Amino acid sequence: MANSDSSTNPSLVDDDDPSRRDVIVIGAAAFAAIGGAAVLWPLLDQMNPDASTLSLASIDVDLAPVEEGQAITVMWRGKPIFIRHRTAEEVEAAKDVKLADLPDQLARNANLADTAPATDENRAAADKEPWLVMIGICTHLGCIPQGQAVGSYKGEYGGWYCPCHGSQYDTAGRIRKGPAPENMYIPPYAFTSDTKIKIG
Amino acid sequence: MAHESTYTPSTGIERWLDTRLPIPRLMHDQFGVFPMPRNVNYWWTFGAILSFMLAVQIVTGIVLAMHYQPTTDGAFDSVEKIMRDVNWGWLLRYAHAVGASMFFFAAFIHTFRGLYYGSYKAPREILWMLGVLILFLMIATAFMGYSLVWGQMSFWAVTVITNLFTSLDTLIPGLGTTLVQWIWGGFSVGEPTLNRLFALHYLFPFIIAGVVILHIWALHIPGSNNPTGVEVKTKSDTLPFHPYFTIKDGFAVVLFCLLFGVFLFYAPNYLGHTDNYIPANPLQTPPHIVPEWYFLPFYAILRAIPDKLLGVVGLIGAIVVLFFIPWLDTSRIRSVSYRPIFKWFFWLFVICCLALGYFGSQAPEGWKLLWGRICTFYYFAFFLIIMPVVGLIEKPKRLPGSITESVLGKKDTSASGGNA
Repeated sequence: MANSDSSTNPSLVDDDDPSRRDVIVIGAAAFAAIGGAAVLWPLLDQMNPDASTLSLASIDVDLAPVEEGQAITVMWRGKPIFIRHRTAEEVEAAKDVKLADLPDQLARNANLADTAPATDENRAAADKEPWLVMIGICTHLGCIPQGQAVGSYKGEYGGWYCPCHGSQYDTAGRIRKGPAPENMYIPPYAFTSDTKIKIG
Repeated sequence: MAHESTYTPSTGIERWLDTRLPIPRLMHDQFGVFPMPRNVNYWWTFGAILSFMLAVQIVTGIVLAMHYQPTTDGAFDSVEKIMRDVNWGWLLRYAHAVGASMFFFAAFIHTFRGLYYGSYKAPREILWMLGVLILFLMIATAFMGYSLVWGQMSFWAVTVITNLFTSLDTLIPGLGTTLVQWIWGGFSVGEPTLNRLFALHYLFPFIIAGVVILHIWALHIPGSNNPTGVEVKTKSDTLPFHPYFTIKDGFAVVLFCLLFGVFLFYAPNYLGHTDNYIPANPLQTPPHIVPEWYFLPFYAILRAIPDKLLGVVGLIGAIVVLFFIPWLDTSRIRSVSYRPIFKWFFWLFVICCLALGYFGSQAPEGWKLLWGRICTFYYFAFFLIIMPVVGLIEKPKRLPGSITESVLGKKDTSASGGNA
């Protein structure tokens, strides 16, 4: 009131160009949003597997002591890896299954293409069909199926049986019955010699 | 009932506070003279019981954290050290573990009370939804707390429940796996998982306490519901909170402590599972995994649905559906006492929840699986079909004219007696 001269009182400046202010408001808000997101990312990403976890990427396993019909379990990335030296009958039983009878028709083999069908060849080790190497975790809710020990119940299909919710796997580790949606996964691995494999 | 403040500061320090931070005025208005419907019964004491149990859990939890080690090597042993070596450690740990059960027991009664008397209806929708949020936070907190023991049941409960997220892989390949590895901080449940569960388990009770304050705030705007569901009309319908309901709530808390004490001192492990006294073994799944008793109905719903993703949707939906009850129930009558048709469906729902609890503890096979599915169907049908439909077709009983009338009877007909 005391000073009504618009040239010296900024609150009385007649702003006939509101777009100048819009630029500042939108710019500041956008900068704050981007800045907020940039700060949020480290807070979220810190929960992902850290460097020491990622460095435990591969292990070597000697298969020489595993006789036909036996199975061993090793740990890789905190997960049990089932390695079974299958008998000829078990291989035959797995080969006889028609693809159409499988609930999950994909091989789930990290060493093959994602679209590879779940034939026994695609599930077993390359050129060493008696050997089956897979992550021993039920694809339903992550329990460890039984069937590794010689006397344990292996389910109706002679492979593995999950005690939690009754999923049954065949001798190629493929889901046959029960709530699990997928075959047990094959980890990335390769034979480094006739009797040694490297997982991961 | 947001009412005029009747507080008059009587001392100098109260007058000084009243113009700065008027906590004495808040306490006087909200917990002193606050008008309560005079006819509320003992089912209305569970709010106080739950506040008491939250305090028990926070106090015992803080002191247990002083002795606990959130490492895969140390966790199980540190719990046993608390039980054997720490002064009064057995009492503190059993009080915390049994306290969790008591907390849920009271929360379930409190929730069913709200359901029966229609305490979720206008103008108490936000009050109800905050309550459901508290229940959800309690479930998350209890789950994380159970994992900290790092016994076999702890480990496999965490494994199975976190693996629920992998069902998202069926929507977008890799989404669930990415999410679950983020939750684990690794490729399986391990030390990073345990550490973060501990951090969050310590945090969540304080979030619950915050939501409880909002819950009480939302309660004190319309005021308490009552067994008739008829709103307060005159001053004769109410009594001041203190001393009438401080005493009544206090007495109920004492009675509840008797029950708490029976379990705490005579059967502290009765509500737990013996397998959780076996240290966690990532290579061996126990033959029969069951959650704590208070999760059994939800677990039964998960297992009743044969599809992995839909099972998870059902599990989460069982809680989420509660948020929508204020709008699913089409009846204008609050209290089930005055709803002759809905009454039957309500009690069948209570039986259904108990049955789901039983089926959740059993192997999902044969007739038990079938009935688990029937109960799961009824659980959702109760909210999504029965609540909207019965409210439209039902003819309710005549409501009392006022709360006072329901307590004292109509003055002009008191001689003839026998009014509803």
